[in-house]
Amino acid sequence: MIEFDKFELRNGLRVLVHPDNSTPMAVVDVIYDVGARDEDPEKTGFAHLFEHLMFGGSQHIPVYDEPLQMAGGENNAFTTNDLTNYYCQLPAENLETAFWLESDRMLSLKFSKKSLEVQRKVVCEEFKEHYINKPYGDVWHIIREMAYTTHPYRWMTIGKNLKHIEDATLDDVKAFFKKHYNPSNAILVVAGNVTTERVRELAEKWFEPIESGVKLQHNIPAEPEQKEARRKTVYADVPLDAFYKVWHIYPRSDQRYYVTDLITEILSGGGSSRLFQRLVKEKQLFSQIDCFHFGSYDPGLLVIEGKLVKGVTPEEAEKAVMEEISFLKENGISETELEKVKNKTESAMAFEDMSLMNRASSLAMYELMGDANLINTELLKYQSVTRNDILNVCHHIFREENSSTLYYLSNKKS
Amino acid sequence: MNRTEMPPIKDALHFDLRLKPYDYYELNNGVPVYAIHAGAQEVLQLELVFYAGNFYESQKGIAAATNFLLKNGTEQRSAFQINEDFEYYGAYCNRACYNETAVISLHTLSKHTDKLLPVLEDMISNSTMPEDELSIYKQNAVQRLTVNLKKSEFVADRLINGYLYGTSHPYGTSNNTDDIEAIPVDQVRAFYDRYYRNGQCAIFVAGHLPANLIESMNRTLGGLKLSKPTFTAPEILPAPAAEKKYRIEHDANGVQGAIRIATSFPNRHHPDFKKVMVLNTVFGGFFGSRLMSNIREEKGYTYGIYSYLQNHLATTAWMISTEAGKDVAESAIAEVYHEMLKLQTEPVGADELMLVKNYMLGSILGDLDGPFHIIGRWKNIILNRVDASYFDESIQVIKTITPEELQQLAKQYLQPEHFYELVVV
Repeated sequence: MIEFDKFELRNGLRVLVHPDNSTPMAVVDVIYDVGARDEDPEKTGFAHLFEHLMFGGSQHIPVYDEPLQMAGGENNAFTTNDLTNYYCQLPAENLETAFWLESDRMLSLKFSKKSLEVQRKVVCEEFKEHYINKPYGDVWHIIREMAYTTHPYRWMTIGKNLKHIEDATLDDVKAFFKKHYNPSNAILVVAGNVTTERVRELAEKWFEPIESGVKLQHNIPAEPEQKEARRKTVYADVPLDAFYKVWHIYPRSDQRYYVTDLITEILSGGGSSRLFQRLVKEKQLFSQIDCFHFGSYDPGLLVIEGKLVKGVTPEEAEKAVMEEISFLKENGISETELEKVKNKTESAMAFEDMSLMNRASSLAMYELMGDANLINTELLKYQSVTRNDILNVCHHIFREENSSTLYYLSNKKS
Repeated sequence: MNRTEMPPIKDALHFDLRLKPYDYYELNNGVPVYAIHAGAQEVLQLELVFYAGNFYESQKGIAAATNFLLKNGTEQRSAFQINEDFEYYGAYCNRACYNETAVISLHTLSKHTDKLLPVLEDMISNSTMPEDELSIYKQNAVQRLTVNLKKSEFVADRLINGYLYGTSHPYGTSNNTDDIEAIPVDQVRAFYDRYYRNGQCAIFVAGHLPANLIESMNRTLGGLKLSKPTFTAPEILPAPAAEKKYRIEHDANGVQGAIRIATSFPNRHHPDFKKVMVLNTVFGGFFGSRLMSNIREEKGYTYGIYSYLQNHLATTAWMISTEAGKDVAESAIAEVYHEMLKLQTEPVGADELMLVKNYMLGSILGDLDGPFHIIGRWKNIILNRVDASYFDESIQVIKTITPEELQQLAKQYLQPEHFYELVVV
């Protein structure tokens, strides 16, 4: 059981406190309700670029990192398609330093031209390192564009292309800040060796004076139901042929999301999972195979991807994958198999909760979904899944017309 | 309220940093157990460290293949059954092969420990190293390697280690696809017999430990033909390359260069090691380092640049590593040397040093949080055969080191002409 208190400041900032006096540390986590899905299709990659700029100095503090390091702290941030999360960890005695830093950059940034110029370059190098200069690096760009015609999950958080990042202007930065970075669109979580009284005092001191801003209505175009299977073959300079197939799934808030999560475990959650045992070990069609899902707030994708053993055609590989899926749809799973994936979920959660930082960011993300107490109740949602639920959800998801298939093949046939 | 003024802080120099001591046991067969009982979550991590790394192999790839195949079949259990036995209880059994050592690790909810120890026992005493499993391993390892060889970062890491230690040294060697194909099953079985079934083993366990843990381990692992390690590996001398500078064109369409700049460096037993850890932090060891501030935050040449001391037990190396745009790679290298020279010619400022000290101590304080981190530090101390006081002495060095000492160390160790330099595009 993870205990926490919750209160709201007059400007609408939601504050959660998770005291844990077994550690000398404190974690401060600020989540902003903005991700790549909120971007203009002509200015993609902006939420993530903006995350970099949050470290380029705020109204009263020239640089973010140095004072935090001086206080013995460390920090980082990440952007997803749904949200942007900033977190730092420091000795609990120096908690106020984090309040000072985080509140100032929520109040206003310095909007430095130099910082924008440098971070544009840094993000372009990040783009190159992860998506261009790597075999199979552009796969997710291609798949997202196949699977989504309308919803902004069409693009990755890094952005559609380098040009969108290179073209970002200081005016864009200012407008983005004004729209998204304010108490109405943020959640503050403080965890560790702290008391709720002390956190309340510091939150009122540092955050309450900030103007509340306007709560964002996301206005995200929904993806229309897919009616026809989509297929594509791409040739690239890669050593092995690869197979990818994706299906639309349910939003994060839907009970069937949990069912889907367990389905991915059944298919590829370890050495005893179905796809690994059948296709890597017994039939030896794949040298590696994975099944996972995006974990996104809006309806995401379930993915099966694998590298083909040399000499195997993508058609054979796909046929074998689809036989496993059909078998699952026809016969469902055994009670033991269900028990196994539930046990795995319980254990994975216990390991995740070992880290104070994870507990803080989970609380923030659950609160953003509408209920921080999901951190304690989510396991029950998994435990309530029945064999029949698995069967029903499999039948709904694994329809050919709901899928996109990509053959990503080597252009050098040896 | 004055927002321009930093709130008062407690200086990390005043933090009381202590490494929680471990409990020590020996199983009936003499295998040492180092244990940390702590943590709120009812989970446990068990690591069996064998002296079975690539130092001991007579042909490339044997140690790694043997380590991998530990989970792929015993006289009683198929590979599938072994996986099923762990996964049914939501447990993870992993293995990893390093240079001197190779590890089998178990992560599980504490309540299931008793059911899983017999599976580990079976893997260590009755593995069959099946031929068909070896051939699947080879097939998949070759394919994985083929993909990795397309990545300039991967190629750069292999090459730089080859220059530093020589390609015949366990730290500098790397396998090609032919080496993997050539692994003979009888050698794998012989390696298993000698270095696992009759091997030297030490156990590191941490988390919420069941009251009967040692008893359960004695009933299973304590009856095996294992022995207490001597904690030493055979001495193999490195044969560093004569040539220092390399430019490799790996991919004609590459848009970035993988840069590695490195020089050999003594291990943790050298009196300068702890001090150099501080100098390394100033130089390239954290986000606020000289390299990061200059080459990323000032020039935007890279997404990230770091320097670090490799964690080798014998001789080691000081490494600078980054991926930079193809057109700015040479400028990035020039800046790395520029930062070395600056550390030689100008003493680190008092504020900067204070920041680094506070950062390092705060980060250690954070890292002592939780049983897995604590046992990790002890494991490092024990495997490196340094004194138990190593941790306290490191803290003392961080607290007391001066700008003059750092400058002296920079003059001694950060001489550009001593470094290997490599760019792989």
